[in-house]
Order: sequence, then C-alpha cells, then structure tokens
Amino acid sequence: MAQPNDRPGPPPGPAFSLGSLWYDEAVRGVIIQILVLAGVFATVAWMVANVVANYAILDKTFGFDFLWLPANYDINQTLIEYTNRDTHLRAAVVGLINTGLVAFLGIILATVLGFLVGIFRLSENWLVSRLAYCYVEFTRNTPVLLLILLWHGIFINTLPHPRQAMTVGGATFLTNRGFYVPKPVFESGFEWVALTLAAAIVGAVLVHRHVRRVREATGRQLPGGWISAALIVGLPGLAFAAVGASLSFDVPELRGFNFRGGLYLTPELVALTWALAFYTSGFIAENVRAGILAVDKGQIEASQALGLPRGRVLRLVILPQSLRVIVPPLTSQYLDLTKNSSLAIAIGYVDLVGTLGGITLNQTGREIECMMLVLLVYLAISLSISVFMNWYNRHVRLVER
Amino acid sequence: MKSSIRAFSVGLAAMVLLAASLASAGTLDDVRKRGHLICGINTGLVGFAAPDDKGVWKGFDVDVCRAVAAAVFGDANKLKYKHLTGKTRFTALRSAEIDMLSRNTTWTFSRDVDLQLTFVGVNYYDGQGFMAPKKLGVKSAKDLAGASVCIQTGTTTELNLADFFRANNMKYEPVPIETNTEARTNYLAGRCDVYTTDRSGLAATRAATDNPDAHVVLPEIISKEPLGPLVRHGDDQWADIVRWSLNAMIAAEEMGVTSKNVKAMASKENKNKEINRLLGVEELQGRERLGLSKDWAVNLIAQVGNYGEVFETHLGTKTPIGLARGLNAQWTDGGLLYAPPFR
Ligand SMILES: N[C@@H](CCC(=O)N[C@@H](CS)C(=O)NCC(=O)O)C(=O)O
Repeated sequence: MAQPNDRPGPPPGPAFSLGSLWYDEAVRGVIIQILVLAGVFATVAWMVANVVANYAILDKTFGFDFLWLPANYDINQTLIEYTNRDTHLRAAVVGLINTGLVAFLGIILATVLGFLVGIFRLSENWLVSRLAYCYVEFTRNTPVLLLILLWHGIFINTLPHPRQAMTVGGATFLTNRGFYVPKPVFESGFEWVALTLAAAIVGAVLVHRHVRRVREATGRQLPGGWISAALIVGLPGLAFAAVGASLSFDVPELRGFNFRGGLYLTPELVALTWALAFYTSGFIAENVRAGILAVDKGQIEASQALGLPRGRVLRLVILPQSLRVIVPPLTSQYLDLTKNSSLAIAIGYVDLVGTLGGITLNQTGREIECMMLVLLVYLAISLSISVFMNWYNRHVRLVER
Repeated sequence: MKSSIRAFSVGLAAMVLLAASLASAGTLDDVRKRGHLICGINTGLVGFAAPDDKGVWKGFDVDVCRAVAAAVFGDANKLKYKHLTGKTRFTALRSAEIDMLSRNTTWTFSRDVDLQLTFVGVNYYDGQGFMAPKKLGVKSAKDLAGASVCIQTGTTTELNLADFFRANNMKYEPVPIETNTEARTNYLAGRCDVYTTDRSGLAATRAATDNPDAHVVLPEIISKEPLGPLVRHGDDQWADIVRWSLNAMIAAEEMGVTSKNVKAMASKENKNKEINRLLGVEELQGRERLGLSKDWAVNLIAQVGNYGEVFETHLGTKTPIGLARGLNAQWTDGGLLYAPPFR
C-alpha cells in the first residue's frame, strides 16, 4: 500500500503479510470455516470416489432394482401379509414394521417404568428408594446387548416346552416358543359397543370441563372422576349386554409342534422389548428424579400448606413443572431406544436391519444400497420422534405470565 | 471458494487413482508383500473350522487355507484367519478384507454371476437336511408342518427351506440365527423343534452335543450343496492358484501321494509321469506363470496332506463326526471327486 503524500499517518505498524491475517479474529474464523468445509467435502468426495472406483473395478452397478425381485425367504413375524414370493421391498417393510413395533412398545414400557422408578427413588421409604437406586444402577451400567441376550436366554431356557406349557387360566400360555394369549375376535354388533365407548369418552371430556368450570367459579369440587368412570364403563357395558355375544376369544390350543390360534408373541419380541425398556427405564428414572428435584422446594411446601394431599401435590404441582426439565432428555432416550432396537438380530428378531440390512443385503450383495436405505430410514424415524417430542416440549413448557 | 473447489477436485482425482491402484494390484503380490495369507473361515463348526484345546484353528476348511499358504510360501502356517458368519462372508471377500474364503460355502449361480465370486472347485458335495431330538418322534421332514425351524441367516439354507415348505404346502416358523454356535444353543434349549443346515454341518453339530445319540438326522436331503473355496472375480492368476492347490490335494490322493511318501516320491523319477509333473520332478508347463516354486505341491502335500488324509483327520468315520466318504469318494471309487489332469 503506497502512501501518495507524506501526511503524518498512524505510527508505522508491522508491514502487511499473509501471516498477519491469521491474527485477525474475524478473518481467522472465515479461514478455519473454509478449511473445515473443504476437509468435509474432500472426505465425502474421497469416500464417494472410492466407491465409484471400486464399483467400476468390480463391474457392479449402483441401483435399487433388486428391491423388486422376489425375496425368497420367510419371516416369522409379519404384521402385514407376506410370503416368500413377495419382493425384497415388501420384506423390508415387514422389517420396518417390526422395528416400529418394538420401538413403540419399548418406549411406552420404558416411560412407565422410568417414571415409577424415578418417583420411588425419591421416596421417603428407605427400602423403596434403595431398591429403586439399585435398579437404576444395574440397568444403566450394563451393556444393552448383554441385557438383550440375557433376557432372551432366560426366556428360552427357563420357560417350558409347548407340550408342558405354563398356563394362566387355560387360555394364556407361556412357553419357550413365546407367549400365546387369547385373541379378541369382534363379531357383528360390536361396532355398537365401540360407538358407545367413543360417545362415553366425549361425554367424560365434557364432564371434566364442566367440573373445572364449576370449581373455578365456586370452588366446589364435583365428583367428576366417578361420573366419567361410570360413563366409560357403563355405556359400552350396557350396549354390549344389549347386542349380546358380539365378542369372542380365539383361544390358543396345542396342535402338533406348537400352539395355533390366539395372539402369538415370539420370545424374541418379548425379550427385546423388555430388555430395551428395562435398560432405558434406568436412564429415564434419573431424568425424572432430576426433573422433580428441579422443582423449587417452596412450591411443594406451599402446596402442602394448602392442605393438598400427597398424590395431588405430585400430580398437580410437581409433575407439570418437572416435565419441562424431563422432556428434552426424554427425547434422546426415546431415540436411543429406537436405535438400540437394531441389535435385534443378535437374538434373531427380524427387524429392518435383519431384512433389508441383513438377509436381503446378503442374498443380493447390494451392500451400499441396503445400508444407505437402512440409515435413511433410521434417520427418518429419529427425526420424526424429535419433531413430535419438540412439539410436546413446547406444549408443556412453562408459560410465563 | 474457488480454491476449495480446486482442492476438492484434485483430491477427488487423487483418490480415484489411489483407489484404482489399490484394488487392481495382483492378489498374489499383495499376499507375498504382506507375508501371510488372509483366509476367511467360519466362526466355529467342529471338523470344518474349530479351535483345538491349544486354541489353534483346525479343520477340513482350514486345511484348504493351509494348502494355499503352503503353495504360495512353502509354509502352511503363514496364514491369518478372519472368522465370518454366513452374512458377512461375501462382503468381506468382495471388499478384499480376505484373500480367499473357505467356509462351507455353496456354489450357486447367483453367487458366481451376480455377486461376482469365482468358485474354484468343490471340496465337499453336500445337501441340506434336518436334525431333530429323538424324543420328538419325527420320522420324516414331511411331518414338520407347523414346526419351528432354526436356520442360519445369509445362507442358501433359508432359501431352500422356504422352497421346501412351500412345495409341500406346509407352514413353519423360521427362527433366524447368525452363527452355528447360537443355532445349537437355541436348538438345544428347545426354541426350535428342528435345526436345518448342510448335512455335514448337522453331523458336526450333533457330534458336539453332550449326547449325540439323543438327536437324529432325518432321511430327506432337500437340496444340492456343493461346498468349496472361492475368490473374487477379476484376478484369474489368483483363482488358478487356489483352484490348483485344491486339485493338487485331490489328485495326490488319486495317485497315492501322501504326506508320508511325498518327499521320497519327489526325489526320484516315478513311473507315473503325472506324479512327476505334480511334484516338480519334471517341468509342469505354466507353473512359473502361476508364480509358484517348483516344489509347491510337495510342500502342500507334506504339510497339509492329500484330500483323503485331510478328510479322515477331520471328518472321517474315526472322528466323532463320523462321516463316510459317500459322494466325496474319488471317481475311481464311485464318488464325484475328479481332479483335472496335471498336464
Ligand atoms: N452351505 C450353505 C450354508 C453354510 C453355513 O452357514 N453353514 C453353517 C453350518 S453347516 C456353518 O458353517 N456355520 C459355522 C458358523 O456359524 O460360523 C451356504 O453356503 O449358504
């Protein structure tokens, strides 16, 4: 930078050099970002190029045509119609539904267990809180894969063979081949029962609103709970009695090697759901405990001073406020549980990884395509759970007044 | 931004070259440079590949790996193993994690053509069967309607099984399992009524139970399972080395060359010219092109043994597995083993 005339300027600083740019924080930030971005690009490009080059050498083509070929293999748990003549795509969907099933059941079970244990953990009863403590420490500190294998091992080794099945009331059977429970079969006329149930639920909601309005206006507490319960049990009950014999049960019975009929839960499904819920509930319990402890003690003391019974303190004061602390980490527990469900194949539960990422991959040799699809599907599941939980979080967030 | 694009494209080009050069080098050169062969074997199946009481892996399939190591290095122990399940084996071979695969693998059209794998021959002619506990009282596979069946995933077994039950119009519950060990555990715990796999595998699994007599192998054979070693497509020289190593084992048995007499036979003129060519007493045209030493087959037979010796050591009637030669006898004895001539 030449100075055209000799006006007195700022004292001569160090001459401009490329190096000096590095000491300018803003410029440095930009440089680092460019470098990182270039690095990321180069890595991705390297991987893609590697695949492309190797595909060329191996004379392989990239494509998803194989999804429409017949799968040729059977699956033991199919919630939708499936035979080995169906396509790999359909087999993948069967696997996806199986993944969804364990994730769904696992999340519900883990949440219930987690909340119970978390609350027990804070119990003033020494034994209860100790037991909850041990439960949490055990579940959180054992690898989930081992838990899955452990529970599966327990089920198949301790439960009896179908021919000596343990039975509950002659209708539900526990065996090392899984659990067989009576399947409800709805016959004509049952739609009336369902309809009245729906009506009763709507009625209960209305009653609840009314009770609240009365309470807010007058402070009088009407017995809304009882009325709702009577509605929900009574109305459909009456309808059921009126139409007569609209519901029967398909009771499993031993025929040949196995039980036939009824609802069949494989030991793999039961073990996997239970192990995942067991493992995750430990973490959830800790989240719940932290959430409850985060509620200001003054709030609890104030509600006790008002004479609220214990249960109500928990339900009306503590939980609503602790939820906003509990929900965000709960989301990541749900995501973890869903992702951990991909360990299913260890015990032969045929999920998405078992079908598309396993048998299909192996029989067709389309590794990259299959793994890409599997990853995308998990990503999609995780993102949907996140979106839902974020919505819920916004819903329970403390509304500042 | 421009510079990062340039860096990107330079990097890309470099990587393409690197990747290309990595994958196209000859397998034999790679193996020599590395100093040992990497062979894919199974995760444990008595008789085929299983650790002995000192932890050394032994077996019928392992010996094919050892034969190739002996042919290449003159030392059957210059060898490392990768243990692969039915599901991981082809990916491992195709991505060059291993140099060859010797793991009860059935030669099929799709594996050869679509997965682009070269089966170099058959070292065991097998077929799929069923094993059931004796007390179940099953006499035939046709009685299995409604049964729970343990299978290893990623195998021809699961496809044959689906076909068999479909053809016979029977329902069943497939219980998919990854390794033979787990399959045995599940079968013994009663998770499934029957276990199905190659009959040699059934014999081996049965032999490894506490009470082999409590289990029966059903009479039906529902498929053809020609098992053999394989390599990837694209390196014919390497495929030839593995192919002729296997052929050397089979031919040696046919011509009466054993691990005991091979050294003596290699140090003199034999009446049978083929023995001379096999053992390097006379020149075998093309041997150098294969990149092997003159005494490659001598080392192989001396250190590993001929086909019959290997069979009797690991699978034969004197072992707990107790398999008869059957289809796997030499063609001269009414079997299917028929090595092409060394000429
Ligand atoms: N031959 C069939 C089946 C091969 C197979 O998986 N065999 C089993 C039992 S015979 C095995 O080797 N298992 C050993 C292991 O689990 O590593 C195929 O190639 O697909």
